Amino acid sequence: MNNKLIDSIIEKIIFLCGIIAIVFVILIFGFLLKEGFYFFKEYGVFKFIFGKYWYPSSNPAVFGVFSLIIGSLLVTLGAAIIAVPLGIATALFIAELAPKGIRDILKSIVELMAAIPSVVLGFVGMVTLVPLIRTTFDIPTGLTAFSGSIVLAFMAMPTIVSISEDAIRSVPWSYKEGAYALGATRWQTIRRVVLKAAMPGIIAAVMLGIGRVIGETMAVLMVTGNAANIPSSIFDPVRTLTATIAAEMGETVRGGLHYRALFAIGLVLFSITFIINFIADLVSNKNKKR
Amino acid sequence: MHKTKFYTALIISLFIITACSGSHGNSSAGMQIKGSDTIVNLVQVWAEKFNNINNTTNIGVTGGGTGTGFAALLNATCDIAMASRQVEEIETNLAKQKGITYKEYIVGLDGLAVLVNKDNPIDKLTIEQLRDIFMAKITNWKELGGEDRKIVILSRESNSGTHMFFKDNVIRLNNPDSKDEFSPKALLMPSSQAIVDEIYQNPNAIGYVGIGFMNEQTKPVAISDIGKEEFFLPTIENVMHGKYPISRPLYLYTNGEPKGVVKEFIDYTLSTEGQKVVAETDFVPRTTVEKLERQLKS
Repeated sequence: MNNKLIDSIIEKIIFLCGIIAIVFVILIFGFLLKEGFYFFKEYGVFKFIFGKYWYPSSNPAVFGVFSLIIGSLLVTLGAAIIAVPLGIATALFIAELAPKGIRDILKSIVELMAAIPSVVLGFVGMVTLVPLIRTTFDIPTGLTAFSGSIVLAFMAMPTIVSISEDAIRSVPWSYKEGAYALGATRWQTIRRVVLKAAMPGIIAAVMLGIGRVIGETMAVLMVTGNAANIPSSIFDPVRTLTATIAAEMGETVRGGLHYRALFAIGLVLFSITFIINFIADLVSNKNKKR
Repeated sequence: MHKTKFYTALIISLFIITACSGSHGNSSAGMQIKGSDTIVNLVQVWAEKFNNINNTTNIGVTGGGTGTGFAALLNATCDIAMASRQVEEIETNLAKQKGITYKEYIVGLDGLAVLVNKDNPIDKLTIEQLRDIFMAKITNWKELGGEDRKIVILSRESNSGTHMFFKDNVIRLNNPDSKDEFSPKALLMPSSQAIVDEIYQNPNAIGYVGIGFMNEQTKPVAISDIGKEEFFLPTIENVMHGKYPISRPLYLYTNGEPKGVVKEFIDYTLSTEGQKVVAETDFVPRTTVEKLERQLKS
């Protein structure tokens, strides 16, 4: 009797926790929408999304985020191109190929990477990576989208590696045995059977990694140069959506147009992450059906 | 066994809650100063010395930019705002709506040094050339008689008083009707120190910082005033005698007439003792400015 009572109390507490999480997300979204809507009404959606210039403290102020969106997407794309193949390969090596001793060391190193605070990564990137990139590629400055991509790839790697490793490891032995029994080599088994079976998990890992990258602020603020200009290549300085919010939030007066413009940027970021997650869901569902 | 674990957890969480509320109580008894990164070092020294005299107060000094300071004073999250420019009309109007009046104190004078890398042969520029550089009308050092390298423009974030002052005085050449802006290609650096660090390691870069941030690792450029051919380096003497064209007063702002500790602190900064600190941190003390004004009048 007593146990049943405890059970039902615990059940209610867990239910409450779940509901609170949902309520908070809805409240945050509602707040963003409210502040963003005021801004759109006053300034205009088209002028905001496709405007090329960002001069928030001029008179009259100009709020065009097109270059910031391009900056965020460019840095994220660069980071994904670096981190995804490297991360999946590392996960495969840890799960399938590495001898036991090396596997344990590698796993703990990857977990340690996840524990480095982003400010520290940004600072290390600023003093070591930025000068190196300037001299090796012979470009005017090392504060570029490319530097941001490398630092962010570092941050996405642990997420991608540990989640895809779990997915690869949970592929049943019998699949592999079947493949070997049919005369497949090790590489054929990994490529055609293991990777295929683990694909939904790997896609989830990649999406979580990219989610972390697009929302990251401090590290990009320190290494990308923050020029609100449409870049002509990955070796140009860029300014991201997140860096703009972080750098300017302090100066704004609550309720002012600039303050609301930053919330509108938050809304844009929210939409981008939502679209990425939506696509990921579609892809992984399609994979599951096969 | 399980019960003991539960009680330990309960006690620990209670402990954390009380600890949090305790620290909150302490900070509200102290004084918060926010604003310009340019004078944050100076105000920190003031706060330390003021604490030595009057060790009951707890003073928190944070940078973030002049705009941040004004916004914090408006949102009532600080007692004193540090500023490297005067408060603007839009800001005073906003403040009036919220029932706040800014009271202004000039605490010293600062010059904006234009820095380049030590390997850059350029050592003087007219203010018009400087304007063309920061508007990206001149994009290669070759056009100024330097090496064939692209110019990398370093600026501060738009919440910085230094940014606004440079825009008004150099980009717009003190013309209030001008609508000119920094080139969007300008790199917006998060702090003055970040500008100095980038110039130190990048021979293509040019940037501006308060003279307090100048050091041996970078090179200041001599600047001429509008339409003149006489160049001056950003030294304390040149700023003091009004020869250096890009200089400005430094301010502290309070909400209305200050009371209690806040008033004591302001009085301290304006005292001879406080003004000595201004000179020690590479700014120009207010007293010399007043002397100069009196000389000019007589």
